[in-house]
Amino acid sequence: MKKLLIKSVLVRGEKKDILTDGDRIEKIAAGIKADGCDVIDADGLTALPAFVDMHVHLREPGFEYKEDIESGSKAAVAGGFSAVCCMPNTKPVTDNKYIVRYIKDRAKEVGLVKVYPIAAVSVGEKGETITEMGKLKEAGAVAFSDDGRPVESAQLMRIALEYAGGLNMPVISHCEDLSLVNDGVMNEGYISTLTGLKGITRASEEVMVARDIVLAETLGARVHIAHISTKGSAQLIREAKARGVKVTCETCPHYFAATDELCKDNDANAKVNPPLREESDRLAMIEAIKDGTVDAIVTDHAPHAKHEKEGGFVGAANGISGIETSFALSYTALVKSGEITLERLGELMTANPASIVNIECGRLEEGGKADITLVDLNEKYAIDKNEFFSKGKNTPFHGREVYGRVRFTVVDGNVRYKR
Amino acid sequence: MKRDFLCMQGVSADTLTKLMDDAVGMKKIVLSGDKSRDILKGKTVATLFYENSTRTRCSFEDAAKYLGATVTVVDVSTSSVQKGESILDTGRTIEAMGTDVIVIRHSASGAPKYLADNVKCSVINAGDGLHAHPTQALLDLFTIREKFGRVEGLTVTIIGDVKHSRVARSNIVSLTTMGAKVRVYGPPTMIPVAAERLGCEVCTSIEDAFRGSDVIMGLRIQLERQQKGLFPSYGEYARFFGVNPERMKLANKGAIAMHPGPVNRGVEFSYALCEDECCYKDVQVTNGLATRMALLKWILED
Repeated sequence: MKKLLIKSVLVRGEKKDILTDGDRIEKIAAGIKADGCDVIDADGLTALPAFVDMHVHLREPGFEYKEDIESGSKAAVAGGFSAVCCMPNTKPVTDNKYIVRYIKDRAKEVGLVKVYPIAAVSVGEKGETITEMGKLKEAGAVAFSDDGRPVESAQLMRIALEYAGGLNMPVISHCEDLSLVNDGVMNEGYISTLTGLKGITRASEEVMVARDIVLAETLGARVHIAHISTKGSAQLIREAKARGVKVTCETCPHYFAATDELCKDNDANAKVNPPLREESDRLAMIEAIKDGTVDAIVTDHAPHAKHEKEGGFVGAANGISGIETSFALSYTALVKSGEITLERLGELMTANPASIVNIECGRLEEGGKADITLVDLNEKYAIDKNEFFSKGKNTPFHGREVYGRVRFTVVDGNVRYKR
Repeated sequence: MKRDFLCMQGVSADTLTKLMDDAVGMKKIVLSGDKSRDILKGKTVATLFYENSTRTRCSFEDAAKYLGATVTVVDVSTSSVQKGESILDTGRTIEAMGTDVIVIRHSASGAPKYLADNVKCSVINAGDGLHAHPTQALLDLFTIREKFGRVEGLTVTIIGDVKHSRVARSNIVSLTTMGAKVRVYGPPTMIPVAAERLGCEVCTSIEDAFRGSDVIMGLRIQLERQQKGLFPSYGEYARFFGVNPERMKLANKGAIAMHPGPVNRGVEFSYALCEDECCYKDVQVTNGLATRMALLKWILED
C-alpha cells in the first residue's frame, strides 16, 4: 500500500509525524522513520482532519458554464475539503438514481474530492410527490433536499420526514416562505431602506424554521435546517434542541463574517439567499456556533457565471462562490478572534457534518481515515478571486484580509492539493 | 471626471444651493416669451425611460431643448425591462452615438448607478425602483425655498407610501442636508424599516403629522408597482391618511401641500385640496423644468 509521511506537523498542538498506509493513518508519533514513501515537510503547518462540506452546488449536470464536477472538485480540495455533498438543483434535477450515479462516476473520474450527492425531496423539486428515496439511497445519495426552493406544502414535508426517517436518511430543509419574500432581493433593514432594494423580512426564514421544528417535534422525526441566517432562527433551534427535538442546523461563513452593509453599493456579489443580515444577526450566529446550536459550517458554494452577476443587483443571481474561502473566513472570524478553539472549528467543519449525512471523515488518530488538511495558520493574505479554481468568481470577500492558508489536502492518503 | 446625478446621498448643501440659485434664473427663461438659449448648444441629451412617465420625461426634454441641446428620445418598449444586459447594451449604443448625458428611469433600484459605472457619459437618474428620484427632490427643495425663503428650520411631513417611494427617500436626504426637520406618516405597512435611521421622525397620528408642519408632502399610491393589499381600500386610505383642507388647518399658518404627481384625486389629496391655493403641485411642475435646466447646465459645464 502507498505510504505518505508528513513530518514535523502540529497535531493538537504537538509537533509530530503522521504516517499513512493506504487510506488509513498508520501512526502518529515523533520522529517516525520510514523508507520509500513520499514525504511532506510540514514544519510550521498544522494538521486538521480534512473538511467536509455538506452543502455545495457543483452545477453538473446542466449548468456546466457555472461550474462542473471537475472545477468544483479542484476548488474543494483547494479549500481543504476531502468530501462534499452536492445539492440536487441540477438540470435535470437530481431526483433519480441515474443522475446520482452519474455524479458519483464523474467525481471518481476526476478523482480529487469525494462527492456525495444529495437527492431531491420531491420529483423535479416541484413540491408535489416525494422521490424514490429508497432507490436514491441505494444509488448513493446521502440526504434529501429541495435546496434552492422550500418544500412549501407542510403535508409533503411531513411525508418526506417520515419516509426518509424510515430509511435513516436526513432531510435538509431550505427554509423560506415565498409569500413573505415578496420580490425582496436583500435583507429588510436599514440598508434596504437606504438603497431602495426590496427587503426580505427575517420572518420569511423563521416561520419555515418554526414549521419544520413543529413537524419534527410532533412526528418525532429528524430534520436538518440549511443555512440559517437570523437571530430568530438560531433561537428557535436552540429552544427546540433544549426540548429534545431532533433538529440540527448549519450556517455559512458569510452569515458570521459579513452583513448587509456589503449590499450598500449594490454589489451583486453580496446577493445571496438567505440574504446577508445585520450585525445583530451576525453576532447571534457566532453565539449559536459557540453554544452548540449550530452543528455545522457549510459553504452553500454557489458558483455563477460572470454575466449572471452583472446587470445590477435586482436582476442578479443569488449565491456566493465560497468553498475556497470557507476555512480562512471561519478561522479568522471564529478562532483567531478567540470565539472558539481550533478543535471546535474542526468539529463544525468536519466531524459534525459527516455525522449528519452519515459518512466517514478524517480522524487524526491511528487507524483513522487519512483525510488530512495541512494549514498555515499564521499566513495572512488578501482573498483573491482570480486565484479561485472554481469557475465562479462571485465572492463579496475579494480583497478581504484573512488568516489561515490551506497548503496541502490529503484525500484517502493521496495528496490532492498543494500550494 | 464626469458628473453624474444619481441620488441625494453625498450631494452637499453648497451644491444644492448653487443648483437652486441657478434655477431662479432658469425659471425666468421658462416663464418668458423667448425660451431659446444656447448654453448647451452642440450637446446631446438622451432620455431612456424604462418606466412610463409624462411629466419627468417632458420636463427633461424641454429643459434640454430650451438650453439649446439636441434631444434623443430612446423608445424603450416596457416589455424589455429588467434584463440587465439590455441596459448596458442600450446605454453603450447611445454613448457610441456621441451622447453627452443619458437620463434614465428604470424599475430596478440601482440601475442608473450600474449604467453610470459602465459608460463614460454623464448619467442622470430620473427615478430608479424604490431607490431615488433626486431631480424630484431638487425641485421640491427649490419650491420650498421659493415659498419660504429658506429650507433650514422648516418642518416637512411626508405622508403616504414612504416604503415604496423613491421620492420620499431622496427628499428625506436632501431636506435633511439643507437643515429641515423631516417627518413621515402613513399606514404602518407603508413605513420602511429603520426609517428613523434615515434621519426622519415617524409620526404616530394623522393629527400629529399635520401639527407643526410647514410643508405637507403627499405621495402617489403607486398603482403600477404596489402590491395589492397593503391598505384595504381607497376610501379607507382617504379617511385616515388623505390630505384635505380641514387637516391642513392643523398645520402651521401658511403651510403648503406638495405632491410629486400625478395625484389620485380623492385619495392622497381631496378634490377640494387640489383646487386650494395651498396646493403647490402645479408650481412644482414649472419648478421641475427650471431645476432640471440648472442641473443639465451643472452636469455639462467644464
